[in-house]
Amino acid sequence: MRRRALLALTPALLLLCAADEPMLVPDVSQRDVEIQYSFTGADLLLFGAIVYPDGRRPKKPADIMVVLKGPDQSITMREKQKVAGIWINADSARFRSAPSFYAIASSRPIARVVDERTAAIYEMGVDKLQLSPSSLNDSAELDRFQKGLIDLRERAGLYVERPGTVEITDGVLYRARLPLSARVIVGNYTAETFLVQDGRVVAAAVRDITIRKSGFERFMAVAAEQWPFLYGLVAMMLAVGMGWAAGAIARRI
Amino acid sequence: MDLYLPIANLSVNALVIIALGGVVGLLSGMFGVGGGFLTTPLLIFYGIPPTVAAASAASQVTGASVSGVVTHMSRGTVDFRMGGVLIAGGVVGAGLGVLIFRLLQAIGQIDTVIGILYVLLLGGIGSLMAKESIQALIALKTGRKIQARKRRHHPLVAAMPMRWRFYRSGLYISPLAPLLLGMATGILTMLLGVGGGFILVPAMLYLLGMTTQSVVGTSLFQILFVTMATTMMHAMTTHAVDLVLAMLLLIGSVTGAQVGTRISMTIRPEYLRILLAAIVLLVAARMALGLGFRPDEIYTVELR
Repeated sequence: MRRRALLALTPALLLLCAADEPMLVPDVSQRDVEIQYSFTGADLLLFGAIVYPDGRRPKKPADIMVVLKGPDQSITMREKQKVAGIWINADSARFRSAPSFYAIASSRPIARVVDERTAAIYEMGVDKLQLSPSSLNDSAELDRFQKGLIDLRERAGLYVERPGTVEITDGVLYRARLPLSARVIVGNYTAETFLVQDGRVVAAAVRDITIRKSGFERFMAVAAEQWPFLYGLVAMMLAVGMGWAAGAIARRI
Repeated sequence: MDLYLPIANLSVNALVIIALGGVVGLLSGMFGVGGGFLTTPLLIFYGIPPTVAAASAASQVTGASVSGVVTHMSRGTVDFRMGGVLIAGGVVGAGLGVLIFRLLQAIGQIDTVIGILYVLLLGGIGSLMAKESIQALIALKTGRKIQARKRRHHPLVAAMPMRWRFYRSGLYISPLAPLLLGMATGILTMLLGVGGGFILVPAMLYLLGMTTQSVVGTSLFQILFVTMATTMMHAMTTHAVDLVLAMLLLIGSVTGAQVGTRISMTIRPEYLRILLAAIVLLVAARMALGLGFRPDEIYTVELR
């Protein structure tokens, strides 16, 4: 209890009575991302400090990994195959927890920082995401679907890997930039930072980021869900009104 | 000029969408069709989710057909009785369309069915139109008159029970025939986001045997109300109507439609028809290639 109270105090105090494990003090440039009419995506700056016990830095520089993750979605993936001359959806697989957004930045290529096992445990890298399949496909098929999903979302800017882009200044300050695609969904996102020393995660810290629609966009999205009848009525009136007005104007000219 | 679409969840270039609506509106003004058969595929091609595309395209067709209906009403070329029966059928059909849409979505075949329907319908109607307009052109060049087709309804229509008089259409037939026709177009409107004018007009001419004068006005009248009903049904069930997208499309299409109407007065109808046939066949061919060629995306993701 006392230790936690102390942690809340200034970093100087922290340094004096820190534990023997290093610590991360992370932050993000924006805790709230608002989607507005001109939203074409955003760049998030994730930065922070590494606090070592007694201020002693290890001889071998540590690595930093930053993971930005969006809300999980339950999805069905379908695969097209050529049947009788045309391409139709033939095979499908279901996943219970596919992140809607996933971006990772690291100070060095992921494979050089952690081994396969650690990467799998902490879901470091788009190929290490645990999607929790819930359909009866064999593992080769699931692999294929997972690759398909990653390819699709990487091209949409929803899954991003930026190895070697975390800058570490003097071994204690780090910063990374991750792009948010315009196609992100609203919800609660998490920015996790991992401090890795000799292939071992020695410290981790999380910051929450909220992405939401604001103003007019929010109003529209809410109206479409909450008052569908009124929304539909407005859509109808708008179409009739504009069509009629254009006709009326054209007759005058 | 990037604009974020709140329902489609992505940002688009507003000018591109307005231009797209303008081109479709131009065509709809020139040829008297709704143009939904172009909007939906073009929007999907641009990256708009298919459901949002179909739902928002329906309201664009509404906008494009309003001024046509007003014009035809003032000329007295709308058969309200026939239109009413067609609309009744159309609304029922749109309701059925919702069920079919959900069923197909559940088994993952909605895209394929939409594709095949487009190819069959557009290919069929397009060839029919091409054949007729080429004959008309030859007749025009050689100066020989083609024999006017005898106006009569299909034997199946004649066999239906209970007859009503449709004065303006010059018909004495069972209301079941237009009701079924309306239902078929209602289903198509819901599934494809098209007004169905390109099906309705030939069907009214050749199956029901309506008088040519009242065909276009009555079909526009039906399209107006059925697309309105479809917009409402999409808003209530799929929640996929994107007002911002619809607005952009409308801005383009209502303007384009007016320009198109003016252009259509300066070109011979025979040339117009063959042009429309070519466009329809082109879209059908593109859709057919899309079905047969390896698609760009093998995988699709669906939220559940």
